[in-house]
Amino acid sequence: MKLKYALREALTGYAFISIWICGFLLFTMFPLFRTIWFSLNNVKITATGIETTFTGFKNFQDAFLLDVAFAETLIDYLFQLVVLVPIIIVFSIIVAILLNLKIRGKSILRTIYFLPVIITSGPVIQKLIDEGATTFPGLEQFIELSVLQQTFPAPIARVISFLVSSFIIILWFSGVQILIFLAGLQKLDKGMYEAADIDGASKWESFWKLTLPAMNPLIAVNIIYTIVTYSFFALNPIIALILESMYATGKGFGYASALAWIYFAVLLVVLGMFTYVIIRKEKRLTS
Amino acid sequence: MNLVDMKTTQQSFFNKIFLKFKPGTLKSKVVLQKSKKYASYSIVYYLLVLISFVFLYPIFYMITYSLMNVSDLVNPLINWIPSQLYIGNYIAAAQVLNFFPALLETLYVTAVPAIVQTAAASVIGYGFARFRIPGKKLLIALVLFTFVIPPQVTMIPQFLMYRDLGLIGSTLSFILPAMLGQGIRSTIFILIFYQFYRNVPKSLEEAAKIDGSNALGVFLFIAIPAVVPAFIISFLFSFVWYWNETTLASIFFGDSISTLLMRLQRFSILYERLRSADPNFQVGRHINEAINMAGTLLNILPLLIVYFFTQRWFVESIDRTGITGE
Repeated sequence: MKLKYALREALTGYAFISIWICGFLLFTMFPLFRTIWFSLNNVKITATGIETTFTGFKNFQDAFLLDVAFAETLIDYLFQLVVLVPIIIVFSIIVAILLNLKIRGKSILRTIYFLPVIITSGPVIQKLIDEGATTFPGLEQFIELSVLQQTFPAPIARVISFLVSSFIIILWFSGVQILIFLAGLQKLDKGMYEAADIDGASKWESFWKLTLPAMNPLIAVNIIYTIVTYSFFALNPIIALILESMYATGKGFGYASALAWIYFAVLLVVLGMFTYVIIRKEKRLTS
Repeated sequence: MNLVDMKTTQQSFFNKIFLKFKPGTLKSKVVLQKSKKYASYSIVYYLLVLISFVFLYPIFYMITYSLMNVSDLVNPLINWIPSQLYIGNYIAAAQVLNFFPALLETLYVTAVPAIVQTAAASVIGYGFARFRIPGKKLLIALVLFTFVIPPQVTMIPQFLMYRDLGLIGSTLSFILPAMLGQGIRSTIFILIFYQFYRNVPKSLEEAAKIDGSNALGVFLFIAIPAVVPAFIISFLFSFVWYWNETTLASIFFGDSISTLLMRLQRFSILYERLRSADPNFQVGRHINEAINMAGTLLNILPLLIVYFFTQRWFVESIDRTGITGE
């Protein structure tokens, strides 16, 4: 009788989840494997269907050995992430702490900081960058790309010029993160701080010893969120490159599939690395 | 507004300090401490307002430039304030964007997938939140995993699949994945519903079961009415994210549907085409930044209006989703 009940509950549960399972198999799993197969082939789209000829790892080899643009874009993307993620995380923690103080007009400020999340899209940001609305005029004149290129290696110079030319857009990517940190700060136990205060800890010490460790899981969430949002953003040069090679002569869908998979693998490694650092820090703090 | 308040209170404080300051007394110490507090608070306000200004700068830029006429644009003396409010740019941009028909089309291809996605997430989230099923941990891990899969990896086979089914250029290419919980950022919406349903008291559902309701009845008449905020949050975010999605839209919709943002993407080309077809038009053949900014502003205007009326839902959503862990 009890077993029968458990079985019935499981079946009802599966009935609810079945739509996700179907969708996952049909729109995620199947395409994922099909892209692997495409990446090992030369794919031609004809009027009657798809023609594939097996070429092994040729597409992957081409991506790294022949395609200059791809390797360069990938390196640029990694540099951008390494610079951008810490900036966004630190910036959103600071803003969240300021917003968490007893101040008036909090809701207006929150509304302003969240606004970019609503209006950020590829074409809009592209137009803003084109017209120079994403940075302050003085800043760009202050640091010139040609000067940077003389002093730094090319990828680093490009990262700096990217920071300068679109630094408002980078901050625009922090709307959700600010609110996540703020929600976390509001849940903190005030008694903990009073105890620390009585024990003679300064505000500075209690930030490092109390606030930050408590925020650790949220930092991990925000890092993942930041990486994913930035990586999937329409203006990401790698995405543009993948789209371009889909219809380019001599490349095609097979080659684009290989690029997409390399990109996915890199993304997974980056995500893994960032979360590994956070988890290790957490272990060190708790032990 | 708040700054002004701050300033006046500060002023009165400085007066107090200067008029009543007697060094060494207890009162002076309190006054000093308080003024220190006020000083640090004014720094906080200063920083917050500065950041707000940085955040809004592109929007101010768009508004002022979109109102400038050609002579204002070339006039080096005019930086921020146009000599007159010139709305010709908006008329030109609206023509190029084909604004009202395109707006209706965009609303349609945005709202329908958003509704479908919300409905699907509500069912899936309920399944995860309420039932003890074998393999649940693995399934939730897979749901989370789909969040980090770039759309570019699955896009090509999906495109071929839709082509075979004749769905290229149809909204179904957006609706079908949404219906099966694989829409844009579906993971987030499934998790939101999961969290909301878990906070619905189980005794409520058990009472209904004793009264003879089956699982579907409990879901429809007890669980769903209890999580209405989740529906609103999920719909609003889906709406905004579907609106702003252009990569998938341009591949799956092809030429048959062109949303406002897709038209903005080809704005300059569309502008030149429209202008060169017009024999009466000689001056200002080339697109200028004022028209570009007017077009961009027209694109985000519907979103700004939605946000103006619903910002509370957006801003409070993160508190309500329980991401901070209850």
